[in-house]
Amino acid sequence: MATASKAVADSRANLPFVYRQYSAEQLKQVLYKMYLIRRFEEGAEESYMRGLIHGTMHLSIGQEASAMGICMPLAEDDQITSTHRGHGHCIAKGAEVKRMFAEFFGKTTGYCKGRGGSMHIADVAKGNLGANGIVGGGIPIAVGAALSSKMMKTGKVVVSFFGDGANNEGAFHEALNMAAVWKLPVIFVCENNGYGMSTSTARSTAVKNIADRAAAYSMPGVIVNGNIFSEVAEASHKAVERARAGEGPTLIESKTYRHRGHSKSDRNRYRTKEEIEDWMSNRDPITLFESELREFGFIDDKGIEAIREAVAKEIADGIEFAKASPSPDVSETGNYVYTEQA
Amino acid sequence: MDAMVRELSYAQAIQEAMAIAMDMDERVFLMGEDIGVYGGAFQVTGDLVDRYGADRVLDTPISELGGAGVAVGAAVTGMRPIFEFQFSDFATLAMEQIVNQAAKMRFMLGGEVSVPVVMRFPAGSGTGAAAQHSQSLEAWLGHVPGLKVIQPATPYDAKGMLLAAVADPDPVMIFEHKLLYKAKGPVPEGYYTVPIGKADIRREGRDLTIVATSIMVQKALDAAAALEAEGIDVEVVDLRTIRPMDKQTVIDSVKKTSRLMCVYEAVKTLGIGAEVSAMIAESEAFDYLDAPIVRLGGAETPIPYNPELEKATVPQVPGIIVAARDLVKGVR
Ligand SMILES: Cc1ncc(C[n+]2csc(CCOP(=O)(O)OP(=O)(O)O)c2C)c(N)n1
Ligand SMILES: [Mg+2]
Repeated sequence: MATASKAVADSRANLPFVYRQYSAEQLKQVLYKMYLIRRFEEGAEESYMRGLIHGTMHLSIGQEASAMGICMPLAEDDQITSTHRGHGHCIAKGAEVKRMFAEFFGKTTGYCKGRGGSMHIADVAKGNLGANGIVGGGIPIAVGAALSSKMMKTGKVVVSFFGDGANNEGAFHEALNMAAVWKLPVIFVCENNGYGMSTSTARSTAVKNIADRAAAYSMPGVIVNGNIFSEVAEASHKAVERARAGEGPTLIESKTYRHRGHSKSDRNRYRTKEEIEDWMSNRDPITLFESELREFGFIDDKGIEAIREAVAKEIADGIEFAKASPSPDVSETGNYVYTEQA
Repeated sequence: MDAMVRELSYAQAIQEAMAIAMDMDERVFLMGEDIGVYGGAFQVTGDLVDRYGADRVLDTPISELGGAGVAVGAAVTGMRPIFEFQFSDFATLAMEQIVNQAAKMRFMLGGEVSVPVVMRFPAGSGTGAAAQHSQSLEAWLGHVPGLKVIQPATPYDAKGMLLAAVADPDPVMIFEHKLLYKAKGPVPEGYYTVPIGKADIRREGRDLTIVATSIMVQKALDAAAALEAEGIDVEVVDLRTIRPMDKQTVIDSVKKTSRLMCVYEAVKTLGIGAEVSAMIAESEAFDYLDAPIVRLGGAETPIPYNPELEKATVPQVPGIIVAARDLVKGVR
C-alpha cells in the first residue's frame, strides 16, 4: 500500500504507527471496512432470524479491529487461513459482501457455490484459503502455504487466524514447530476472545498468555490489544517484515472479545452481563478507532455519516443480490467432489 | 418390573442414563468439550454439572486426541469415563487413541487389561452444518476389532444401551443422530439395559426386509406405513449394533420375506449396507432371495451446506417408498 507523503508524515510524528504510515483515504477505508464487517454480520444475523439462512453461524462482532489490523500490511496475493468465526477475516482480505451473502443463502453465486456456507466461507482469488469447521484445522495448512511460498520463491506471506481454544489442539503445536524449524513466512494470529465456546482460557490453558507458547517454538510472541486497530496493524507490520525477510514466523496474540454468543445456540451462562456490557460500551473497536480518527483530524461527523450510509447501501444491495441469485440444482449434488478432468 | 414410563426425548433419555450410571457407580464420570455449564453443544449433559459437580462433569480443553487418550488411560486404571465428542466428525482428530489404543490395548497386552470407556458421538446431517459437522462415520469404527459400535434409534434404546455400554468391560462407541435428540418416546424410570449386539424387529412384515440404522429406522417405518396402503407388507429391522452385528435376526427376517433392502445415512459405498448384503449373500438366506439386494445410502459426496442439496444427499422417505415398491414388484 502507498504510504503517506513525507510532509504529512512529519506532521504526524507523534501519532501511533498507523497514522504515520497510511494516508487519510486509506484510514477511512479501514473504518469503512470495519463497519462493513459489523453490518454484514448484523445483516446475516437478521437474515438468519427471518429464516433466509439456515444452519448456524459464529459472529465476530467486537473483533473487527483484529481482522482489519492483521490484514492491513498484507498484499493481495498474500494468503490467510481462517476460522469458523471468519466473516471479518474474509472481508478484511478483500471479499465482496454480496458473494458472501449469496454463500450464506446457499446460492450458486456464493464464494463456495452454496456448498460451504458461513463456516467454510473463502475467497481463494483474494488469498483467503477458507474458514474452517475444525478448530485448529487451518493452522498446518497455513504452514503448508508458507512452505510453498518458500519453495516456489513467490515471496508470499501467510497468516493463520485461530482462536484461543485452538491453542490446545495438537495441530497448533506441530504446526508452530515446523514453521520455526523451517523458518517459514507465516504469522500465527491467535484471536484470544477469552473463551473457547464456554470454556475460559483460565480453565483450558496452562499458560497465562497464548503468546507465551511462542517461547517453546523459538519465535517472537507478541501481545496486542486486539480492539485497537493501530496496535494490531503495527504488530502485523513487524511480523510481515520479519517473514518477508526470511527470518521466520511470529505468534501474535490479539486480545479481544466477542459480543455475541458463541453461535446461534448460546445461553451465555459462562459469562456475566456486566462483562459483556463493559466490552460493548467501553472497548468497542469501531468506536475506539472512530474516536482516534476524529481526534487526530482524519475524519469528521459528516465523513463518518457518509461511511455509514455507503456501508448500509452495500449491505442492502448485497442481500438483494443474494436473494435474486439462483440455487444450485439437486442434479449437481456430485459436483466438486473431484477435480473435473477433460 | 413396573417402573413408571414417561415420554422423554432422546437427549433426556441419555442424560438420565448418565445420571443413573453416576449414581450407581462412583467411578463413572463425564468428559468432553463444553459439557459443564454450557450443557453440551446439544444440551445432552444439560444441568448435570449442577448435580454432580465440575469434577465428574469435566470440561476438557479443545483437545480431542488428548482427551480421548486421557479417557482411555483413566478407563484402563479403574475409572469409567463417558467421553462426549462435540460432533462425531471430530473423531477424526482422535482416531489414534480410539483405533490404535482403546481398541487394541487389551489384545496387545494379552488380556491383562480392559478398556471400559464409553464414547458418544453426535452424528449425521440435516442441521445445515455443512461438510465437517454432518458426517456419519460409524462404519469407520465398525471396521475395528476391539471396539463395539452402537446406534440407538429410540429414546428407550438410547438409555438402555448407554447403561449397557457403561456396564460393558470393553470400549463402546455410541453414534447418536443429532436429529433424534428431540425425538420423544416412552422411557421407563430407573435402571434397565438393552443388550449390545441384538437387533430389534420394529415392524413385522412378509414382503420385504428393510434393515435400517439410526434415524433411518423411523424413515423406514414411515415408508412401511405408506406402503401398507398399497398392500406391501414391510418388515423393519433396527440393527442397533453394527459391531458385533446380530446376523441371525437379519438372516431369519430375510428367510421369511425373501427380499432385502438396507437403508443408512452414511455414504453408500463400503458401508454398513455392503456388510449386511455380503453377510446375507454368504448365509443360508441367500437361497431364499427372490430379488437382488438393494442398498440406499448417502450420496458419494461430502454433505453440502445448501439445504435442498443436503436433503438430496441422504435417503428420504419418498425415495425409500419408491425403492421398496420397485423391489417388491420386481421393477429393476
Ligand atoms: C476439532 C474441533 N473441536 C471442537 C469443535 C467445536 N467448536 C467449534 S468452535 C469452538 C470453540 C473455539 O474456540 P476458539 O478457538 O477460542 O475460537 P472462538 O470461537 O472463540 O472464536 C468449538 C469447541 C470444532 N469445530 N472442531
Ligand atoms: Mg475464543
